Amino acid sequence: MQFDPFVIPFNIGLYFILLYAVARSVMWFNELSRSNKLRLQRGFFGRAFGHSLKEIFLESLIHRKILKANFKLGFMHMSLAFGWFLLILFGTIEADFFGAIHLNAPYKAIFFKFFNPEHGRSGFEAVYSFWMDLILAFILSGLLLAIIKRFSSKVVGMKKTTKLRILDKVALTSLWLIFPSRLIAESFTSGAYGTGSFLTGSLGSMLASFLPASELAYPFWWLYSLSLGVFFILLPLTRYMHIPTELFLIFARNSGIRTGDQPGAYKEMQIYSCSSCGICIDACQLNFSAGITNIQAAYLLKGLRNHENVYDIAYNCLMCGRCDQKCPVGIELTPIRMISRRAGETIQRKTNIWEKYFSDIQHVAPIKTNGDLSYSWLPKEKPVKTELLYFAGCMTHLTPAIKNSMVKILEASGIKYNFMDADGGACCGRPLMLAGQDKEARELINFNSELIWKSGAKTLVTSCPICYKVFSESYYLNVEVLHHTQFIKMLIEQDKLKLNFTRRKVTYHTPCDLGRGSGIYDEPKEVLSHVALLQKTAFDDENSLCCGGSLGNIKINNQVRNSIARDAAAELTQCNPDILATSCPLCKKTFAAATDTRVADIAEIVAEAIVSPPVKEIKPGLSLRRRKPVKIL
Amino acid sequence: MEKFGFAILKERHIDYDANDKSIAEYIADREPTFRLCIECGCCSATCTTGTFTRFSLRELQIYLKRGENEYVRENIRKCMLCGKCILVCPRGVNTRNVITLAKQELQKTEKNAV
Repeated sequence: MQFDPFVIPFNIGLYFILLYAVARSVMWFNELSRSNKLRLQRGFFGRAFGHSLKEIFLESLIHRKILKANFKLGFMHMSLAFGWFLLILFGTIEADFFGAIHLNAPYKAIFFKFFNPEHGRSGFEAVYSFWMDLILAFILSGLLLAIIKRFSSKVVGMKKTTKLRILDKVALTSLWLIFPSRLIAESFTSGAYGTGSFLTGSLGSMLASFLPASELAYPFWWLYSLSLGVFFILLPLTRYMHIPTELFLIFARNSGIRTGDQPGAYKEMQIYSCSSCGICIDACQLNFSAGITNIQAAYLLKGLRNHENVYDIAYNCLMCGRCDQKCPVGIELTPIRMISRRAGETIQRKTNIWEKYFSDIQHVAPIKTNGDLSYSWLPKEKPVKTELLYFAGCMTHLTPAIKNSMVKILEASGIKYNFMDADGGACCGRPLMLAGQDKEARELINFNSELIWKSGAKTLVTSCPICYKVFSESYYLNVEVLHHTQFIKMLIEQDKLKLNFTRRKVTYHTPCDLGRGSGIYDEPKEVLSHVALLQKTAFDDENSLCCGGSLGNIKINNQVRNSIARDAAAELTQCNPDILATSCPLCKKTFAAATDTRVADIAEIVAEAIVSPPVKEIKPGLSLRRRKPVKIL
Repeated sequence: MEKFGFAILKERHIDYDANDKSIAEYIADREPTFRLCIECGCCSATCTTGTFTRFSLRELQIYLKRGENEYVRENIRKCMLCGKCILVCPRGVNTRNVITLAKQELQKTEKNAV
């Protein structure tokens, strides 16, 4: 039996983390709702399992998404994750193949060189050692990048890197120590026995030439084992918990589990899957346009992990969803933020060590109210029976050009419709939801729903993406909800609208709630290219910017909003378009103050392009003479 | 006063000793733009709720600053937070945050639950 006391720290760490992973998985599985449990079980025996394995390989090991977004950062993550995986895999094979017996204990593979110092002298063994050295060199190159990034994040193309807590720093140090200590330990052993390949061999022989290699090797094997042990034990308390959690998350997501609007085990899994890579910080406009760098999703998740009061972080966000789109782990950041908003201000919890290892699932206590209805004063209107309802929305009433254009388009198409909030109706409810007041929002939703139900409409057209999102997501309606861009496109396709082609250059700004929020990217652009010359910008579709006027953020002041709007408008008008087109009244209003270019809603551009109705033929015999002027006096 | 034949009408009477300005201070600390309000009434003019009721954010802000919170407590929940007032405000008052903070502070005491 090959054994040495220095393997004990590693063994303790390894068995601890394995047991912990099993215990935590069981806890999370128990917390899932019944339907989600079924989904997970079905996923385990279904196609989702294969998909998950593929995704785990591509995302958790290769880090494909980070590589695509930022090659250097991706390489750093890949070399550490994939390199370590290869080292474990081929180390195990090596130990099994060349070791004394098959099926060794894990420590035999990790410390193979210590127990088999003569290994790798010649032939196939030497080739294998070369391969193992290559993997180690691969990891060390990534580690070098990581160390450089910690001190100067610009080197890897990141504007900002995440700030760390003390515990994170200890774990980070132990992680950084693992591979250099392995390198030095292997080198000393190789140097003492004259083995090893290009990396450990040459470094070993160099060190052995002036140092007592055989004596110095032993403390470095201890260091290697200790740093591994410390890293494993601290892992559940730090951001490195993302390594095991992400596997579970990928599997749960592929089984069809989503965050929805309820806190629970899935939300918890996502919180722990965040590696604080900082991509969300780079994507955030509050960071690069306004210099607010402490409220991004990585910090929200970190605050939630540590049971902090995240009230200010949760509310200081445009809810534009840019980070959602960019997150390489695929964490649903915006829904998590919405859940945190509903929690209101919480008291920071002091947790003991046991609670830190097995922190409970965070539930959101409803805010106390006196139970009265807030909007009981809303008038009981008698709905007009109609096929098509047009709901302008509050913001559209503030930009009458859009409203009037829509009326013009509806009149020109000859469709019978009813203007639901012609004299100003109730709000759609989304602004209240964004402020974490779901109960109040539900009252408005019920009020509007009743009006829509009773009107017997089949289609509901709205001009505001904020309303569109809530109508299509949170209302229980039996109508087809359309944004006016979709509706105009339908009219054009059905030949109900005759449009001129105006030779004006147009760039299109995708509103957050319409694009990333509701997935409508193509219809507005199709409508625009039907009437004008649509030009591409660097921020199209999923990568679109927020105008800064978002109702999602109730914390920032006007100056911050303006600086975001100016930056975004400058980016969108770089090719000097005649019109900066958008499809949201709020974006229009915000941009109008931030740029000299004309800002117009798609409805306005279309309304201007309507072929004016043909002059009615004058019937013969009808006199064209003017009537006699009426005498006033 | 009575000697001169004058009396103060109850509704014209502002009792600064009895009024509680803590909520206004709480808001102003967290949302400094609250102090910028000039009570011009643009917010009330555009208000969605204002089309249905007598609700006026201008009135509310005046009462808040005066410390007559009972009126605020009764009326603040009528706001739908739609945000039109922010867009029309000539002084850049972050009205949505003012309302949210006021609601929050009123809710903190059970008696005042909004």
